[in-house]
Amino acid sequence: MGLQGTGFLLQCYLMLAAAMFFHLGEQEEKCIIEEIPEDTLVTGFFLLEPWDMNALSKLPQLGLTVTVKDSNSEIVLSKRYGKFGKFTFTAHTSGQHLLCFKTNSTSFSVFARERLKLHLDVQMGEFTVGHNTDRTKDSMEALENSLRHLTEQMIHITRQQEFQREKEEVFRQISENTNSKVLWWATVQTSILLVVGFWQMKRLKDFFIEKKLV
Amino acid sequence: VFRMYGSLRVLLQVLWAQLLCGWVLGSELTFELPDNAKQCFYEDIIMGTKCTLEFQVVTGGHYDVDCRLEDPDGTTLYKEMKKQYDSFTFTAAKNGTYKFCFSNEFSTFTHKTVYFDFQVGDDPPLFPNENRVTALTQMESACVSIHEALKSVIDYQTHFRLREAQGRSRAEDLNTRVAFWSIGEAIILLVVSISQVVLLRSFFSDKKTTTTRVGS
Repeated sequence: MGLQGTGFLLQCYLMLAAAMFFHLGEQEEKCIIEEIPEDTLVTGFFLLEPWDMNALSKLPQLGLTVTVKDSNSEIVLSKRYGKFGKFTFTAHTSGQHLLCFKTNSTSFSVFARERLKLHLDVQMGEFTVGHNTDRTKDSMEALENSLRHLTEQMIHITRQQEFQREKEEVFRQISENTNSKVLWWATVQTSILLVVGFWQMKRLKDFFIEKKLV
Repeated sequence: VFRMYGSLRVLLQVLWAQLLCGWVLGSELTFELPDNAKQCFYEDIIMGTKCTLEFQVVTGGHYDVDCRLEDPDGTTLYKEMKKQYDSFTFTAAKNGTYKFCFSNEFSTFTHKTVYFDFQVGDDPPLFPNENRVTALTQMESACVSIHEALKSVIDYQTHFRLREAQGRSRAEDLNTRVAFWSIGEAIILLVVSISQVVLLRSFFSDKKTTTTRVGS
């Protein structure tokens, strides 16, 4: 188990070292938006590194706070991690989730403006490497794993489509709403126009008759 | 010898795990770009790898953004201003850190949401080929073709999702704009017509003209 654990960590590290990264200033929060259908397990791997690799020894303990908010602005996950690790959460509601990352390193170094590199890899669904990192000697087992992988992919696609259906309904509602608004307000404006027109004519006519101009 | 064998096993596990991961070597992200802001992403690429950068603006303003891709020496490989959607494929000529930036500096008050997908290299194959003695069996090749088909389904789904989000964002904008301007116009109508009468009344001694119709 120890060797497997080490293998898994090493794999994560290698994965992340090749993964994309972006700058994160100290105490700066950067967020990414992910559209997640409900009941999806999301796994995120991250690695925090100093921008200048020579300064590795000087910097104290690096930490990362991960906050995940769903579309109703409720916090799904809020945890502090070390500089390397993974976080998981299950999205209970379909919608746009906001994943925010903030460093909580308190460094008293002279270079207060040091920036950090945050390597990030976010994966959806359970078809990531999890339980089965074993080297399979049997090709039948390899086939089974692949089939499981494909099944997960298809479930993910189905969930996304379901979510898409809901969004399209919202879209349609908005369009219908706009349509009825345009109709209603056009009617209101035309009636105001007519009423005010007649009112003006009447007032002015009475006024001029009163002033004996007509 | 034992220690070497152990580390070799670990290495093989790592390779095997990599192959099961699927999308490890490609990153896609959606993020919000505030006005007058620029956001850069970096990726270490090995020479000779074929990479694709694809981006699309999902919400905000005129749905356009500046994009720029630079190689490790700072040479600009791709630069486009105010693009809504584009896709760029290149082969890495050097080892090093490639940088791509999205800029919303031309916009004064609209936030933009940008989606991008950066594919590095080809996806790893579904079946490891460390002992490619025999060709793939029929079941394995069926799996591989299903995998490819599913990948393209997911790709199409993502594109559709983004287009729908764009359309919905426009529809929401239209909805609020229609409400706002309709109410505003009705109020203006009332105010202008009442003040027309009041003004005419105040000038009555100078004018003997007929009433003017309401024209707004």
